[in-house]
Amino acid sequence: MQTVTDQTLLDLSDVCQHYDKGRDTPLVVLDKVDLRLRRGEIVGLLGRSGSGKSTLLRIAAGLIRPSSGRVQCNGRPITGPVSEVAMVFQSFALFPWLTVLENVELGLEALGIEPAARHKRSLAAIQLIGLRGFESAYPRELSGGMRQRVGFARALVVHPQILLMDEPFSALDVLTAETLRTDLLDLWGEGQLPIKSILMVTHNIEEAVLMCDRILIFSSNPGRVIGEITVSLPQPRSRQDPSFRRLVDDIYTRMTARSDARSNTRSELFPGTGIGTVLPQISTNLLSGFIEALAAAPYAGRADLPALAEALQMPSDELLPIAETLQLLRFAELAEGDITLSERGQRFAVGDPQVRQQLFREHLISYVALAAHIHRVLDDRPSHVAPALRFQEELQDYMSAKFADTTLKAVIGWARYGNLFDYDEQTEMFALEPVT
Amino acid sequence: MNQSTASIHRRLLPNIWDLLVLLIAVGVLVALADGAREAIHESLAQLEQAPLSLDPWQLPEYALRTTLRMLIALALSLLFTLIYGTLAAKSRRAELLLVPTLDILQSVPILGFLSFTVAGFLALFPGQALGAECAAIFAIFTSQAWNMTFSFYQSLRGVPRDLIEVSKGFQLSAWQRFWRLEVPYATPSLVWNMMMSMSGGWFFVVAAEAITVGNQTLTLPGIGSYVAAAIVQKDLSAIAWALLAMLLVIVAYDQLLFRPIVAWADKFRLDQTAGQDSPRSWLLEWMRRTRAVASLLSPLRKGWLWLRTRRLDVRAERLPLPVISVQTNRWIDRAWLAAVIAGALYSLWAIVAYASMTLALGDAFTALGFGFITFTRVLLLVALTSLVWVPIGVWIGLHPRWADRVQPVAQFLAAFPANLMFPVAVVGIVHFNAHPDIWLSPLMVLGTQWYILFNVIAGARAIPNDLLEAAANLRLSRWLWWRKFILPAIFPAYLTGAVTATGGSWNASIVAEYVSWGNTQLTAHGLGAYIAKATEAGDFPRIVLGVTTMSMFVILCNRLLWRPLYRYAEQRLRID
Repeated sequence: MQTVTDQTLLDLSDVCQHYDKGRDTPLVVLDKVDLRLRRGEIVGLLGRSGSGKSTLLRIAAGLIRPSSGRVQCNGRPITGPVSEVAMVFQSFALFPWLTVLENVELGLEALGIEPAARHKRSLAAIQLIGLRGFESAYPRELSGGMRQRVGFARALVVHPQILLMDEPFSALDVLTAETLRTDLLDLWGEGQLPIKSILMVTHNIEEAVLMCDRILIFSSNPGRVIGEITVSLPQPRSRQDPSFRRLVDDIYTRMTARSDARSNTRSELFPGTGIGTVLPQISTNLLSGFIEALAAAPYAGRADLPALAEALQMPSDELLPIAETLQLLRFAELAEGDITLSERGQRFAVGDPQVRQQLFREHLISYVALAAHIHRVLDDRPSHVAPALRFQEELQDYMSAKFADTTLKAVIGWARYGNLFDYDEQTEMFALEPVT
Repeated sequence: MNQSTASIHRRLLPNIWDLLVLLIAVGVLVALADGAREAIHESLAQLEQAPLSLDPWQLPEYALRTTLRMLIALALSLLFTLIYGTLAAKSRRAELLLVPTLDILQSVPILGFLSFTVAGFLALFPGQALGAECAAIFAIFTSQAWNMTFSFYQSLRGVPRDLIEVSKGFQLSAWQRFWRLEVPYATPSLVWNMMMSMSGGWFFVVAAEAITVGNQTLTLPGIGSYVAAAIVQKDLSAIAWALLAMLLVIVAYDQLLFRPIVAWADKFRLDQTAGQDSPRSWLLEWMRRTRAVASLLSPLRKGWLWLRTRRLDVRAERLPLPVISVQTNRWIDRAWLAAVIAGALYSLWAIVAYASMTLALGDAFTALGFGFITFTRVLLLVALTSLVWVPIGVWIGLHPRWADRVQPVAQFLAAFPANLMFPVAVVGIVHFNAHPDIWLSPLMVLGTQWYILFNVIAGARAIPNDLLEAAANLRLSRWLWWRKFILPAIFPAYLTGAVTATGGSWNASIVAEYVSWGNTQLTAHGLGAYIAKATEAGDFPRIVLGVTTMSMFVILCNRLLWRPLYRYAEQRLRID
């Protein structure tokens, strides 16, 4: 276990990031974020996609310049990539044409280190991270877990002070992720890593509690820090430990807290009203399945989210968007880390396909502003058709093009299920009547 | 990926830049033609030429010279690609001009402006064969460079973001990033495009070696000029020898150069799955195993490594880029647009001034009319060959054992310069006294039909087995099986083949609509013959007119026919 000292390595204050697209209201990604990373600690940034945490990580790495705010590393302002910081990526970001050894050597090569020293240091890093014997393999020959080990070795070999990790385990299967986490924590605890602090982005609550000394919870759209939790459980932590469970419960509660308090802002932590809400692309099959599971024994319409996550073998980052979508559609209520099926949700659970479709259609019109909006536009037009571009541009007033795209896709999927309107991918047109 | 698909995938509607660039391009053409007219008479007359022998024993030397021209042109194309592609991908303002330029250059019939380039280079090297050599190499270069550049540019634009972030995070300099990330990432598609360029290139090297401009026949020793001489002397056995030599050259080129490169480039594939069939090359394996070769190459490798790992920072390290305000930036944009518009207007003026000297409006209509004839011919022939090769290609593709054998042959046939075969066909036409308007037409697709065949084979091979089983299980009738299953499934691949075949046929029309055997001259009505005749007469204004008209046809064909089809195929018919 490393001891946390007061020495500040990374200091971000008042950081804002917005994209000015020539509109009156710029798109705000990060809003006045403060972050202080001290020597010896692991800090987690926890939040939904769209909360700007990956952007914040890239600002800390010097890859993106913030729109405003102060970014300092060791008391010096960061204006570009610095050698004190190295990063591990969700997608591993390995060069497929370089062997494991060459990938690890790359950072040293850029520093202009001589081949012999380069080789020695890289082999040491490879050995440390448990890749011995794989030096001459190409990334495509390795499993996901081994690839991410290369990612770690490549980041560590340049001896950075700060390791940045962008959801490093989320592309791995559950077992592999767990092994890799444990290995990393062991090395960190034994002081074998050349780094002094770790800053990691995650949307997995258990992972954050398992690894971090401090967790910052982010709201989305715009990204803001809405809570800070200090985890003082000793390492190694156990998921079965009651105090561990309590912490996870607490964070679930915080992340599913009712949004009424903040409803004056356009976009809140919880998706609510307005067509500017980012919608997650969740299939209606998944929604129905979830409602059925919730209605059945042993839950009978009410469940504790962490317990449900475990029973369904779903990490929190998969479970929460489903639960929130059901809340958005008023098929369920979320409060204090619990999910409760509404009366209409119960009817959906026992209904036949026609009943389900009818219910879904009604709720879509009543509670999903974007679906209602598109439906209204189509209804008003004599031709009953409208180009997708019209809505894309409208959405881009509130969100980035990428999110506008997934939001539209989500609403198309739901509207098709509810038989509300249809979409022709070929002509990129919405139509009130099914396209034949 | 294929030759012309790179450009096809892009936007559909022409914009202001397309128009501006087109004007500038034609303006440059006019300037070249104007210069060429003066140059041609002075320099060609003085050129000393070695007489060409039809002795088959001369063929190895001629073949070597032809190959050498190919190699030099390929190296130049590569250099051009690296510079032009990088510039287009890195500078937004350059991109606005460079990308439409490439698009238009791809549509210009290369054989059409061979006469200008010959004249231009002869003016540069008066009285020397070097000028003619340069012109031939330049002609091959123009047939190879554009699609390579396009593929490189598109690869640069598509470099994965996380890899860019790694390079930035490690502070690789622009030079290091270029060789470590960008070039490797672009390599597989670049190598494939180089291969396609090469197979197209043989056609042009053969055509460029013997060219007649205004009563002057220019001959460079090579397989192409050997065949040209054989045509004049009506020597069929010499033509047979030349075909044999060409065959051997192409096989050798493939085995000694491209197989090893393709096998080597396989490691740059981005998709990180193992277990697929990797291309192999006996030569590469031999070189890798042989220590002598390795030690011979090692100093080269070391030097390259040294060069690649230099930082070569253009600007002082860590110095932040000067910040240009949005306002200033907009002004620079406007100035840039104004400059391009001014260039285009000047071009327009030059074109009108030049054309009005010798051409009347009637000439434009003549060229347009001929253009429609050739256009009809190209479309009809591509449709006809499709009717033949699609069923055959599907059958072969669904029988893997056959596909393994036939596909390389089809690829070889696509590379074989069909113009070497023309004399054989012409002898037939003369003998049977057949109508040239009809019977010369097949020559246009003689070399290009193979693109359709091997793409269809590849498409049929890629159909997933479970789809085939499902179709069998549903007991689809023959007609339904074709219409609802096979044709949609192979359509994207077929389209790639058809686009390449069409583009090639336009080019081929210039040599196919106007052929000779001894002193018998056969002419078909069409734009190709129009350009060929103007070239022979040294009538530069009509060459410009013909070339411009043909470019327009090709561009319109791409925009109005192929791109919408590509879009459709991409959205609806992709199997993934």
